[in-house]
Amino acid sequence: MNRFFDIPSDLQHDWLGLIVVHLREALLPVLGGLLLALPLAQLCVRLRWLYPPVLWVTTVLYAIPSLAFFVVLIDYTGQTELTVMIPLTVYSLVVLVPAIVDGVRSVPQETLAAATAMGFGPVRRYVQVQLPIAVPAILAGLRVATVSSISLVSVGMLIGNQGALGNLLHDAQIYNRPELAWNSVITSAALAVLADGALVVVRVLLTPWMPGAKRGAKSRTAGARPESAAVPALEDAAR
Amino acid sequence: MRGLDSPRNGPKLGWSRVGGISQTRRVFGVLIRIDSVTKRYPDGTVAVDRLSLDIPDRSITVLVGPSGCGKTTTLRMINRMVEPSEGTILIDGVDSRQQSVNTLRRGMGYVIQNAGLFQHRTVVDNIATVPRMLGWSKDKARARARELMERVGLDASFAKRYPYQLSGGQQQRVGVARALAADPPVLLMDEPFSAVDPVVRKGLQDELLRLQAELGKTIVFVTHDIDEAVKLGTMVAVLRTGGRLAQFAPPAELLSDPADAFVEDFLGADRGIRRLSFFSSGGLDLLTAPVVAVDATAEQIACRAASDVPYLLVTGLDGRPLGWSEPGALTAGRVDVGQLLPYGRPFVAGKDSLRAALDCAVLSPTGWAVAVDAEGRAAGVVSQTAIGEAIRGAHAHASAHAASVDPKAATR
Repeated sequence: MNRFFDIPSDLQHDWLGLIVVHLREALLPVLGGLLLALPLAQLCVRLRWLYPPVLWVTTVLYAIPSLAFFVVLIDYTGQTELTVMIPLTVYSLVVLVPAIVDGVRSVPQETLAAATAMGFGPVRRYVQVQLPIAVPAILAGLRVATVSSISLVSVGMLIGNQGALGNLLHDAQIYNRPELAWNSVITSAALAVLADGALVVVRVLLTPWMPGAKRGAKSRTAGARPESAAVPALEDAAR
Repeated sequence: MRGLDSPRNGPKLGWSRVGGISQTRRVFGVLIRIDSVTKRYPDGTVAVDRLSLDIPDRSITVLVGPSGCGKTTTLRMINRMVEPSEGTILIDGVDSRQQSVNTLRRGMGYVIQNAGLFQHRTVVDNIATVPRMLGWSKDKARARARELMERVGLDASFAKRYPYQLSGGQQQRVGVARALAADPPVLLMDEPFSAVDPVVRKGLQDELLRLQAELGKTIVFVTHDIDEAVKLGTMVAVLRTGGRLAQFAPPAELLSDPADAFVEDFLGADRGIRRLSFFSSGGLDLLTAPVVAVDATAEQIACRAASDVPYLLVTGLDGRPLGWSEPGALTAGRVDVGQLLPYGRPFVAGKDSLRAALDCAVLSPTGWAVAVDAEGRAAGVVSQTAIGEAIRGAHAHASAHAASVDPKAATR
């Protein structure tokens, strides 16, 4: 067990260092994907005809094996983290674009009409009404994209040890130390679970207005008792 | 706000809200003039066809009609959520296209079916939306929002709740408060109450009439429910499929004088009965002779029995009605309240309409309606025959009155 965290020196990082690199290589692409997906999704919502081809393109890109991506990119970006992160960014779009489009489309027609009638321009309406209401859907997409990205980083091992924790798999083989492979798998899985949990917490904090967040919202509402929602409903019916 | 305190250029139109007995003549100016407006969609469908309407200020104008009659399209052309293909809409004499669309909309409150609240904002922030956009400080906007919550009958404890924690009726109250937040002179309401149950709907309608009496907004109200139109409208525009105006008249006139078979059909079979809502029961001759107190003496009973009525109404010591009895069945000092015939629901003399009075008479087992005063004490009884005479009298009075003021001046 004491050799479990004994990382071979050719990886140039200790265990915590590998974790930092791994998270950087996994999460920056998701962030980049989100920044790309937001305007793209807005376009798809506004121009309905654009959504099917965009979806088709993101799916085709997702189907390209990462190895093929690397081969093309290595000529331009070399054996760097960037070469790993670019395909991961592209892959995240296949989850994020539909998540945002569906989330934004799920905003009720009445809410949109009310916003328009109150004098919201298209940009203000998107930022202040549609996106906030799409937050649960967007975060659901982010969770999938994040977990998948954390697991995919390991492939970077193939282009000169750019796979962070994935590099341990290679070392496990060449040094005949299976515990390094266990370390790689367990640590990646733990990172994925923790990142997923963190996103759930973010979702709960961002959406106190969701029926599911009832307990949180209740404790926020000063003096609100559990039965208080039912009582006014009855009063209203009695009027 | 805009326009309400400026001198009016439009012609003053006058008409009487109530056809017969209580005549409250009100004078209105025109705030919104819809001038031969047509909405034609690219596929050739005509939603609204050369519609002209003068919407008077400080009153409720209801657009009513079957689905596909273009009533919502018409409403949305007023705040330019739909742009007319032809024709102009003048707001207080100014073409609505002369100002920016968002400025125009922020000057008009909008209430929609299911309220359309922002589910991610608290009640108070929902209401404060337009003031915030107009650049009010957060505190000022929220203070205004709390003031409006009180105005629409929402408890202050709702301020920090989210829409999902409210019932449909409460959400719609928030919707009305939100529309009123920046104190716009115009309120556009698109079937606002059609998604709530009938009891809540009636409450919201009464609340709207109360609010309107306080605020005097120019309200354009869209509904497919003719009863709602008749109840709320100062003026009612009936639209027919294809977006053409069938009739534009005060509700009493609509009921008494439908322009054609379509309007008559749309009003339904009982328009005669419904029209009675516009006649006061104040003119009914109430008989007090058949009313006898529960502690009446034998002479009093005998005297009343001689007054040629088939039934006597027995009242309690507080004057409230207890029930009907045949004169012969009453023995002085030993009136068995349990043996009395139920008197049904009484009407309040002078306050309720002839419709309520007739309803009481029809429901009463004796065929006589019981009138009470504001405190619930029996004021007298009236027979179906007498109510029928009052109705004929009210009709005659209404048509004589209509001839003298020429209702066409109002309908144009």
